[in-house]
Amino acid sequence: MVLSAKDKTNISEAWGKIGGHAGEYGAEALERMFFVYPTTKTYFPHFDVSHGSAQVKGHGKKVADALTNAVGHLDDLPGALSALSDLHAHKLRVDPVNFKLLSHCLLVTLANHHPADFTPAVHASLDKFFASVSTVLTSKYR
Amino acid sequence: MVHLTDAEKALVTGLWGKVNADAVGAEALGRLLVVYPWTQRFFEHFGDLSSASAVMNNPQVKAHGKKVIHSFADGLKHLDNLKGAFSSLSELHCDKLHVDPENFKLLGNMIIIVLSHDLGKDFTPSAQSAFHKVVAGVANALAHKYH
Repeated sequence: MVLSAKDKTNISEAWGKIGGHAGEYGAEALERMFFVYPTTKTYFPHFDVSHGSAQVKGHGKKVADALTNAVGHLDDLPGALSALSDLHAHKLRVDPVNFKLLSHCLLVTLANHHPADFTPAVHASLDKFFASVSTVLTSKYR
Repeated sequence: MVHLTDAEKALVTGLWGKVNADAVGAEALGRLLVVYPWTQRFFEHFGDLSSASAVMNNPQVKAHGKKVIHSFADGLKHLDNLKGAFSSLSELHCDKLHVDPENFKLLGNMIIIVLSHDLGKDFTPSAQSAFHKVVAGVANALAHKYH
């Protein structure tokens, strides 16, 4: 799967419109994921995952910042995400199925807050972006 | 069989009443064909699917989306026996249409995204969770008679 030039434009523009809300959306996506897919909580036994949790807010911002960095390096995602790729492969070892679950919840969150901008074409590009990031983060698993 | 609490059933019914089901069906099917273009394999006879706008404006896509969502809405009335309610549709999708059940999950996720888009703040994590149980239950029911 390759990000076309149009995909890259869609992704950059969409992320630009999110602006300062990225951290908040990251937290909301995590909250949705923990609630809808309870098995994902097994990776966070040390977290308070209740609504409004400071830990979820903090982690949501971390995830959002990593995605913002990825948006800035769409021509070299493996390079930009190399350290995170190592982390997920050797330390966190989150089962690959979970990246799809978080990606889905990110799309649900973005559709929720930016309905007018979340056109089918932009939705497709963002789905490809999250899938590409997920592929890079699981690329060193074995 | 899906296990929804009374509160979840009320959430689902209440929110479903707020949306235009036909529009949700058309939008969800259209987005399925745009976001996962390989799903177009089942609809080669639908005419022009060459771009996102062609898909979303295609009258056959809209009509089929409406058909699909009417079945889905019917399922909402049979949450205690989804396998029974979708038994003949399951046989049809296996024996005549030859649709990989993975596609039911993809469409279910699209319905969730469209509901989130349309309902905004009413589509809370609890609402998403309740609807997820429903779409997962319908997907399982549609796959149940496969052999």
